[in-house]
Amino acid sequence: MKRLGPRVEQKVAQAGLWTMTLVTVGVLLFIIFFILRRGLPVLSLEFLTANPADMGKSGGIFSTIVGTVALSFLAILIAAPLGVGTAIYLTEYTWGGPLTRVIRFGAECLAGIPSIIFGLFGFILFVTKLKFGWSILSGGLTMAFMLLPTIIRTSEEAIKSVPPAYRTVSFSLGSTKWQTVTRVVLPSALPGIVTGIVLSVGRSIGETAATIFTAGSALRMPTSIFSSTRPMSVHFYILAREGISMSNAYGTAAVLIIAILGINILTYYLMNRFIRKYS
Amino acid sequence: MTDVAIRVRGFSQFFGAVQKLNALDLDVRRNEILGIIGPARSGKSTFLCALNRLNDLVRGSRVEGTITIDGRDIYEPDVDVIELRRKLGMVFATPVPLPRSIFENVAFGARMAGLKGRARLDAVVRDSLERGGLWEEVKDRLETSGLKLSGGQQQRLCLARILAVKPEYILLDEPTSGLDPISTMKIEDSLRKLKKDYTIILVTNNTKQAARVADRTAFFLNGGLVEAGPTADIFTAPQDKRTDDYLRGRFG
Repeated sequence: MKRLGPRVEQKVAQAGLWTMTLVTVGVLLFIIFFILRRGLPVLSLEFLTANPADMGKSGGIFSTIVGTVALSFLAILIAAPLGVGTAIYLTEYTWGGPLTRVIRFGAECLAGIPSIIFGLFGFILFVTKLKFGWSILSGGLTMAFMLLPTIIRTSEEAIKSVPPAYRTVSFSLGSTKWQTVTRVVLPSALPGIVTGIVLSVGRSIGETAATIFTAGSALRMPTSIFSSTRPMSVHFYILAREGISMSNAYGTAAVLIIAILGINILTYYLMNRFIRKYS
Repeated sequence: MTDVAIRVRGFSQFFGAVQKLNALDLDVRRNEILGIIGPARSGKSTFLCALNRLNDLVRGSRVEGTITIDGRDIYEPDVDVIELRRKLGMVFATPVPLPRSIFENVAFGARMAGLKGRARLDAVVRDSLERGGLWEEVKDRLETSGLKLSGGQQQRLCLARILAVKPEYILLDEPTSGLDPISTMKIEDSLRKLKKDYTIILVTNNTKQAARVADRTAFFLNGGLVEAGPTADIFTAPQDKRTDDYLRGRFG
């Protein structure tokens, strides 16, 4: 085959990469457009603030919003400190020996397990063995374990990207290890850590399989962390799957997508302000 | 009798199986500037990091022999390493301002040592910046990021930053290697003023710099000390042929 000239090659490569980017962004925009076009007409203040009635055929989705927020909040509340703590330990307090590699490998394997397996695990451990029943507690704990690998991984990367010289300088000025970690390393790694946590929030808001096994699907308003609840994602799944109300299903999906987009945009805005302030 | 502040006897530093310093014997006198010269990888920086035990942070670090500072063997198990590092401030070859304001950079070490209160911090920051020879240039913009300063200013910021911790010794690891001649001159001026209150060890790749500012000079080669003595003697009448060869640029 005759080789192309470097100029032609460059043009072809550029066109190819441009097309790939276009396809990626295109698919994303198509999904958002598709959901919003069907979902937005359903949205109203009434839809957001009323509780579902008649299995979700009529009424709003308020209790499912509460369920989603409660589950995600609990999951992040557990997973974020555990994950960031583990990442700090792995990066700052070990020399990278075999134990570290085993922990890291374990965390990575955990990340590859399908969420429905986590659901089954949570069902057996929290719902039946520990007798938490179908509840926000069981769901939140299950989801926390599911999110841990992502938070550990992203926090570790963020901490590792802090220049080693910062640590040396901090130690040479007479700081303790803990002072160096909390005053020098973590502030510099914070944007990366927060990005990982936000990705996890997004994932927890959308998670369906793990929660349906552990938090149940009760439509009434949860009253404590021992109440069963139905988050938006499960609500959407049941509405669509059982053919209860496609329009309400799209309405729910629209709220989900807007929430995730909103959280991401808000976080990047705050992060940018933070970075500008500290560099 | 001269006052020996740091006494090094038979000191060796290992990292795992690699030996970086070999049975050093060296005295540092109080309120002098001791210049340390020698080719790359001769153990100059390793020696500095042995004095404030920064080498401890490297995996597999092991030492033999003794380093006595103000009469105390600093490798005794009950030595407070944090206190030791406060006592021996260190300036690195590459200026590394922390990603925060000029004020917070200088106040960092003092804060870590537990100093509180705006008035007291203000006083320490100002005093340190004046001693470091940077105050006049930054007094109106203490809240801007330390990263926005020029290379020479950053290095003087690093000098001021260690002065804020009230050290007794200043260790400088090729502090002007990345700086232009004017910035270099400013640092050297600061050092000459500082030796009144501090004992200074200046590692340098630039033998002329040692000739300009050091009271005594030590020549390191392959992790060992070849000779040490008054700077004028080392440069005009070195006892060892290797010193002569190095100073004449025959190697290194």
